[in-house]
Amino acid sequence: MSTAGAPAPASAPAGGTRRRLRVGDVAERAALPAAWLATVVAFSIAKPDTFPTTDNFLINIFGTQSVQVVLALALIIPLVAGEYDISVAANLTLASMIVAVLNVDHGMSIGLAIVIALAVGALIGAINGGLIVLVGIDSFIVTLGTATFIAGVVLWISDSRTIGGVSSDLVDGVIINRFLGVPLAFWYALALAAVMLYLLEFTPLGRRLLFVGRGRSVARLSGLRVARLRWGAMIASGVIAAGAGVIYAGTTGSADPSSGLNFLLPAFSAAFLGATAIQPGRFNPFGTVVAVYFLATGITGLQQLGVDTFVQQLFYGGALVLAVVLSQLVRRRRAIELAPTE
Amino acid sequence: MRPPALSARGLSKHFGGAQALAGVDLEVRAGEVHGLLGENGSGKSTLIKILAGFHAPDAGELEIAGRPVPLPLPPGLFREFGIGFVHQDLGLILSLTAVENLRAGLIARSRRRPFVSWRAEARRARAVFGRYGVRIDPTATVADLRPVDRALLAIVRAIEDVREEHEGPGMLVLDEPTVFLPRAEVEHLFALVREITATGGSVLFVSHELDEVREITDRVTVLRDGRVAGTAVTADTGESRLVEMIIGRRLEVYAAERRDQARHTRAVAVRDLSGAGIDAVSFDVEHGEVVGLTGLAGSGFESVPYLLCGAWRARGGRLALDGSEHDLTALDPHRALDAGIALIPADRQRGGAVGSLSVTDNVTLPRLPAFRRTGVLRRGDMHRETGGLMGRFDVRPADPRADYGGLSGGNQQKALLAKWLSTAPRLVLFHEPTQGVDVGARQQIFATMDEAAQAGASMLCASSDHGQLEQICDRVLVFGRGRIVSELSGDDVTRERITERCYAGAAAPVAE
Repeated sequence: MSTAGAPAPASAPAGGTRRRLRVGDVAERAALPAAWLATVVAFSIAKPDTFPTTDNFLINIFGTQSVQVVLALALIIPLVAGEYDISVAANLTLASMIVAVLNVDHGMSIGLAIVIALAVGALIGAINGGLIVLVGIDSFIVTLGTATFIAGVVLWISDSRTIGGVSSDLVDGVIINRFLGVPLAFWYALALAAVMLYLLEFTPLGRRLLFVGRGRSVARLSGLRVARLRWGAMIASGVIAAGAGVIYAGTTGSADPSSGLNFLLPAFSAAFLGATAIQPGRFNPFGTVVAVYFLATGITGLQQLGVDTFVQQLFYGGALVLAVVLSQLVRRRRAIELAPTE
Repeated sequence: MRPPALSARGLSKHFGGAQALAGVDLEVRAGEVHGLLGENGSGKSTLIKILAGFHAPDAGELEIAGRPVPLPLPPGLFREFGIGFVHQDLGLILSLTAVENLRAGLIARSRRRPFVSWRAEARRARAVFGRYGVRIDPTATVADLRPVDRALLAIVRAIEDVREEHEGPGMLVLDEPTVFLPRAEVEHLFALVREITATGGSVLFVSHELDEVREITDRVTVLRDGRVAGTAVTADTGESRLVEMIIGRRLEVYAAERRDQARHTRAVAVRDLSGAGIDAVSFDVEHGEVVGLTGLAGSGFESVPYLLCGAWRARGGRLALDGSEHDLTALDPHRALDAGIALIPADRQRGGAVGSLSVTDNVTLPRLPAFRRTGVLRRGDMHRETGGLMGRFDVRPADPRADYGGLSGGNQQKALLAKWLSTAPRLVLFHEPTQGVDVGARQQIFATMDEAAQAGASMLCASSDHGQLEQICDRVLVFGRGRIVSELSGDDVTRERITERCYAGAAAPVAE
């Protein structure tokens, strides 16, 4: 008799309108890739001799931008978990310098130098994560501090020199050897994006990171080990940023104490711009990849048109602000669509 | 006789193909507390948003204090028309002081003031609070105020803003102001409402709580499916009649079967639980038993669910659950989940689920590894199983891919039950399980709880709704000053007995 109650509500709230924007959804997902293609076409028409060439495309854009892609991918892991990592570019610079110092100055084998560089990246991530989780400091402040600290360490271990002559094994493995005409570095970046897509979307770990980022207290009460996940996200970003540094050393065959820092803002621009594409509203690896190449294509094209080099800063800075504005608009539109009809 | 404070005629509004309001009339008389009732989706919110100038109605007329006003109302200017709003979330800034919150809005709008003397403002605030019989220190930070004082502050601010901007006594819309208040403190809020009507003001009181509506309102208007189901004088209308107006039919009140005591065995033993206002409390729960925890505000009963699942760290205590022992000072929600303990907290937004993620993501979160095959999460399986659960728990609309935040309050709560009961918990902890949930969904939630209990789970339900405890509990533990002061079981589990024991427990010296 006990379940005699439980009548259905007389009026089920109308819910049929939610999925009507199918076409709009697809357009939103594909907007950035389409904008990229449009840029490619536009510059190819404007500069038919220099822009749509294999050298420009396969090496200049796809090849050398791999460092940028890997760094942006490093960034989105903490971003998914709701943390900032400002130290990724400093981490990249340190890793490239460690590879150069150990390999060139100390004659260490390139393989061992790479392993040490990655381990130091992990250590920096662990220190960042420890300060964030154990002491409870805001990640933005922590990593702003460690970034500056690491930049100092780089100047120290390099005596402020640029160190050239990094083992050709690394240079070959990164930029000289090609697959389908494109330097291997590109394929490393793509493989990393694929692994991250798998981890973020198709494993419990990825779902958990997402919940930690969106609702920390919900995550904790749902039995997730929130501190461990946040810490792990910082370590992962440290290791991947160091990996970007190794690729950077291989791309240039050298390491210098400051140019790596220029990768920071474009990485943020790409991460936020990427969050408006493929899976709108979420930081996602392939959206990020497309965003990096979109930005790089735009800048390369403008430079070929003879625009001054400051356009780079205008472009990356403008893209970051625009991306954040766009994602805010997406969020606001969703919020209106989803407002409970109560 | 003064003209009505507010008189709306024929208000209509549609969104896409859905008619949210169809020719609604509403009259709030001067000096009256008027209740506005209706299930989720009945059109209450739409009506209020029209009054706030947030929605433009398709048709209808509006008079305020006897004067016609143009529709749509210009957004944000409702105060100039003599209407003030207090929403559920109160809209206070917690890190600022009471007087800053009270006056900030007015100062921001005033064009004549070159500077602000906070000392004079504090003095004035004290006088204002005094006039309404509210005892709040104007210099206290709002974060340090009791929840009830925060609500009182928000209400005083709203009515003062109206009276400053508008000639005349004004009207206040209270949109579920009591949801986050312990039942015992609602009385303070009612005293303030009576104070406001005594000075000529009118109040439109929106609530799901029938007890409260019956206590404070003079008349009620009930909305159903966007139409007025009826307007009645509260004193002449019984609770069952009100429910009938709200849901459009008689409610089959769900009554838990008093279970056969003989077949029961002990499932849960809590020993010497201390922390968060609880002081060395011990009790047992049997397999399939629903035990209520209650008491007056400050008695500590609502801490128990959070302490037993490790959401809050206990100062001391042990929990034995089906033979395995847990040290409550070392328990965290992760271990609690492994041990078969589930918590359904009162605050759905912050503790229950993430609104911007899908129902599937939320419901499957505690059981993710179960959906992994050869290293890959099977999203199709996750959606399919969630869809099945949504059918079983009657979550509507039953679209597992929809965002959780788009569901109504009752459906959100049912989805949370699906999330936790699908982990097959042995001990389920509830805190105010029907807060912000409409009448129809409540009965479904009770039935679901009973079903889980029948299957052998033990339930603890912390609630200050004594009628609800009577309906669902086999036994009720009444708390006072951090201890159990009384235990009611069998035929003693009635609303009256529970309320009586609460007050007796608060008054009596602590007995062990």
